[in-house]
Amino acid sequence: MSASPTTRPAPSALRLGRRRRAASRRRAAAVLGLLVLALFAVSLMVGQTFYGPGEVWRVILGQEVPGASFTVGTLRLPRAVLGLVAGAALGMAGVTFQTMLRNPLASPDIIGISAGASAAAVVGIVVLRVDEALVSGLAIVAALATALVIYLLAYRDGVLGTRLILIGIGIAAMLDSVVAYVIVRAAAWDLQVAMRWLTGSLNGATWGVVLPLVLAAVVLMPALLGQARQLELLQHGDDTASALGVRVERTRLTVIVAAVALIAFATAAAGPIAFVAFLAGPIAARIVGAGGSLMVPAALTGSLLVLAADLAGQHLFGTRYPVGVITGVLGAPYLVYLLIRTNRAGGSL
Amino acid sequence: MTYRATTMLVALGALVLAGILSVTFGAREIGYADLVAALGGAQDNISQAAVAQRIPRTFLAMLVGAALGLAGAVMQGVTRNPLADPGILGVTSGASLAVVMGIAFFGLSTPGGYIWVAIVGAALAAAIVYAVGSMGRGGATPLKLALAGAAMSAAFSSLVSAILLPRIQVMDSFRFWQIGGVGGATPEKILTALPFLLVGTLMSIAVARGLNSLALGDDLAAGLGERVALTRGVAAVGAVTLCGAATAVAGPIAFVGLVVPHACRLVVGTDHRWLLPLSMVVGAVLLTLADVVGRVVARPSEVDVGIITALIGAPVFIVIVRRMRARAL
Repeated sequence: MSASPTTRPAPSALRLGRRRRAASRRRAAAVLGLLVLALFAVSLMVGQTFYGPGEVWRVILGQEVPGASFTVGTLRLPRAVLGLVAGAALGMAGVTFQTMLRNPLASPDIIGISAGASAAAVVGIVVLRVDEALVSGLAIVAALATALVIYLLAYRDGVLGTRLILIGIGIAAMLDSVVAYVIVRAAAWDLQVAMRWLTGSLNGATWGVVLPLVLAAVVLMPALLGQARQLELLQHGDDTASALGVRVERTRLTVIVAAVALIAFATAAAGPIAFVAFLAGPIAARIVGAGGSLMVPAALTGSLLVLAADLAGQHLFGTRYPVGVITGVLGAPYLVYLLIRTNRAGGSL
Repeated sequence: MTYRATTMLVALGALVLAGILSVTFGAREIGYADLVAALGGAQDNISQAAVAQRIPRTFLAMLVGAALGLAGAVMQGVTRNPLADPGILGVTSGASLAVVMGIAFFGLSTPGGYIWVAIVGAALAAAIVYAVGSMGRGGATPLKLALAGAAMSAAFSSLVSAILLPRIQVMDSFRFWQIGGVGGATPEKILTALPFLLVGTLMSIAVARGLNSLALGDDLAAGLGERVALTRGVAAVGAVTLCGAATAVAGPIAFVGLVVPHACRLVVGTDHRWLLPLSMVVGAVLLTLADVVGRVVARPSEVDVGIITALIGAPVFIVIVRRMRARAL
């Protein structure tokens, strides 16, 4: 009588439950997607002058609308697209790193990869005076080099996740001071421009800045999503994963390069927006629940965070705050909550 | 004379040398005659006036460096954590945030007030980071403390930006509370900080022997008759006072407290009765020299000493992490 239905669910019930969970995850992701769309629309409509959805839609279709064509088409649209795509890129890359290193604190902004991209972008703009497309290129090379340096420095009889994170913190501190140094030398800069490179901001949004990021996202996000399943399997350890048919080294390399490049493009365009890469994954996990890849939900959450924080920073207060200051301030209490929750659950960081 | 006493004398000699370098070198070249005249009190031409400006700056760099070196050594002893540093653990950025909040919301304007507020901020930040970092399995491991500190100091400096941005349009005063520097030294500033630094130093030195026992582990230390909680409390308050006072007069400066005790330990070993005083002297030397470098590399402008210490200190941090055994992380 070992197979009585009360002690062990029948296979069909198991499958049913799995299907139900998958459906609820899809529902949650769909709600997230709708929220992102709504915020995107709001950030196109709201500003010094309000434009209705009809006018905004006509501008997007390419029609000439007096006033709105300039305000929405030239000012708000690149900014909103930058927020949308940069947030998604940071969120997806962040959760990729967190999954790969099996540590919620191991996001690219804490372990120095964003700092590498940021330092290269600042040096490129201030010292070398190169144009925008080249800045993205520099940022990518620097971010990949930073990742490689961190990996090599962490290598001692194999790479240990904890050592990698600590070395990343050290590298981040150095690169941050390079950014600070360059900004100090460029004394003619005003505070707003400096803030873009210190905490991240959408203020520099023009199509020239946004397009490289959008193109990168179109190429890199599918590449990363294609590896989502293999990445999940890697969590069970290299041996198990390779027994299950994962080509471990190739998967890891593809994932690292794609995620680092996403971070680099986003940082070159919007600066190192504080805490988005770090927070998107854990928030997404809370919303959609565990048991599947978090890449898409985390990307949506990242967009949501950046768009919402930028709207709040632009309109809620007397001063216009750059988006990174808002996400940084919001991130602090959530971070403490997260650390406490993880620790109480008995998980070691 | 013993080996350790010789080391101490060498360090003191280096400090004198660093002081001489610090008043001699800067954005402006100064002749020997002007230097001697200015040290005698003359301020007849620009060169001599420049030297007169550099004297308080040099003293401030020495005091702050000594405070941070000592605080780092004490923190590493109390937490038994080789990565402890007032900057890495977010204590200095907590102090910075507290002062900025005081200025913005409570009309704080006197340097004396800054110090009290900075000490409270440093204490709160230390408590938060330690509490967050020591929860869960394994207690306060170096990894958890460093991550909690890095994350909290990122959060603190975002808050500093959020508070300062609408109020200050000048990059310089904004920068001071984000990246530490000793450029704004005045004799008054030094005199206000001095009593706090003295109290913090006395408290720290007083527990040197206790820290030696703590290094054996809490149980063994208690067995040896050490009052563990008291020692730890006095040491923590002393270190926090030092960090708070140093941050109030020089802004947040990282890595001095990390690098200096490690270097000193290589020379005099782990006995805190020697380690603590030597860390003070070497900290003063390091910060003074870092400040000289910052003045020389970017002539005619200056680089804040906080940037230089990060560039020197972060590689040392990485070396220490690499040398630690996997289990110790």
